[in-house]
Amino acid sequence: MKPIVKLLLEGGSLNTAQMAQVLKLSEADVNRQLDELKEQRVLLGFRPVLNLTREDSGVVRAVIEVRITPERGGGFNRLAERISRFDEVESCYLMSGGYDLLVFVNGASLQKVAAFVSEKLSTIEGVLSTATHFMLRSYKENGFLLEGQAEENERLKVAP
Amino acid sequence: MDSSRYIAKHVVNLPKSGIRDFFEVVAKMKDVISLGIGEPDFDTPWHIREAAIYALEKGRTHYTSNLGLIELRRAISKYVEKNFFIGYRPEDEILVTVGVSEALDIAFRALVNPGDKVMFHQPCYVSYSPSITLVHGEAVPVPTYAKDNFALTAEALRAAWQPGAKLLVLNLPCNPTGGTCDRAQIEAIAKFAVEKDLLVLSDEIYSELTFEGVHTSIASLPGMKERVIFLHGFSKAFAMTGWRIGYACGPAALIEAMMKVHQYSMMCAPILSQEAAIEALLRGEDAMKKMRDQYQRRRDFIVRRFNEIGLKCHLPRGSFYAFPDVSLTGQNEKDFAIGLLQAEKVAMVPGTAFGANGSGFCRACFATSYEQLIEAGNRIERHVQSIVAKK
Repeated sequence: MKPIVKLLLEGGSLNTAQMAQVLKLSEADVNRQLDELKEQRVLLGFRPVLNLTREDSGVVRAVIEVRITPERGGGFNRLAERISRFDEVESCYLMSGGYDLLVFVNGASLQKVAAFVSEKLSTIEGVLSTATHFMLRSYKENGFLLEGQAEENERLKVAP
Repeated sequence: MDSSRYIAKHVVNLPKSGIRDFFEVVAKMKDVISLGIGEPDFDTPWHIREAAIYALEKGRTHYTSNLGLIELRRAISKYVEKNFFIGYRPEDEILVTVGVSEALDIAFRALVNPGDKVMFHQPCYVSYSPSITLVHGEAVPVPTYAKDNFALTAEALRAAWQPGAKLLVLNLPCNPTGGTCDRAQIEAIAKFAVEKDLLVLSDEIYSELTFEGVHTSIASLPGMKERVIFLHGFSKAFAMTGWRIGYACGPAALIEAMMKVHQYSMMCAPILSQEAAIEALLRGEDAMKKMRDQYQRRRDFIVRRFNEIGLKCHLPRGSFYAFPDVSLTGQNEKDFAIGLLQAEKVAMVPGTAFGANGSGFCRACFATSYEQLIEAGNRIERHVQSIVAKK
């Protein structure tokens, strides 16, 4: 793994000037490397990890198990990519086991997610069935615990 | 009534730890970036904590065998064999202790007669010399030098040796210098120990945190197992400092002698810590290696920064301490550390807290976040520049 990728994974919220210090590069070089990673589609982007229950966002999230018909030549890819393009779809994975795609969906309300499933997803030719599970509560997001991690541990300031 | 007149003479005369003095100053300040903490910044990996919770739920709240849980001793035996290439019998060659600190203490109490001489390399962990004094032994420090990257050399041992020396304490990699010895150097030390008939207490608490080359335990050298008590624990590599759990491995007769002291003072190590330790040994390797890799990258960064700033710093091959030379500033290590703390709120521990020949150096623990290290580096740079400008 490239040093800059390791640092991105490990360095939390370092800005490019700080990354430049750690990597002993100029800030311009850091930016250039980041651009390269983006061009290579290694680095897809940055997003904040939010505790949406605190924000009262009203966002409804669901996980949908989708069974689809594979196609000669492309397998599951064409349909999976087509489904992934919808704005409502947050993530989409090909799975082993009882269904083919696992689709994470966001919507402004229950009705909107339901409408997406019944009007868009299920009606695509090749989609055999869907099973929608609405998320009730989140305990951990992208490696961050939602509760219970906030208290700062009382460590000694100097120890042998 | 003056109650202090009841205190034993050798305790009255025991110096207070230099770390303690410094701690008093730091504790009163707010928003300090502390590079003064001798422990990992990571909390104990969750699977280890969870194993202890599970044990508690199952009612594992009783005394264990004085030697420690047999499952733990078996796991230790396997771990030491796999990683250090030394075979110890779980039944009578391994003793589970309350950290390496207790293991060292009971080893001294079991082995040292009043007046016996104990050699150890310096700068070193703060408790070696006082622990020797507490058993009425005589401390014989052996200096290590920056020019050797603080490795212990057989020449230094020979120069410091005195008739009556009985024990040699090793701590490689070393707190506070990060210095360690390669195989050839360990072999030379072993040869010296045989020549002078010294028993070796080898505190290898930082051994997993060896970044370059392979860690060689002196006990693994041919013929040395009978002459070494191997001391190790979970605090540093598995981020388990607060659990207070460690172990001693050695010849059955010596472990038995240490066990006698242990059973009358400690009874046994806390059972929950023992349960957690089993989990750490059986399934903790991945988390440990991940932490080690992070320490290594942080070490590379902070050592480079010290050298850029002009504070000459060797690359510590092990541990999570950098030991920069602050003499460029024209100040001694104490004045520098206090000045840095007051001007820039960065805490490093003056090297003399670890022995007189730590003079001119400060210890900086790099087991902390990148953000803190970057900011600390910038503040130290600013402070050094302001001192040099005034000169």
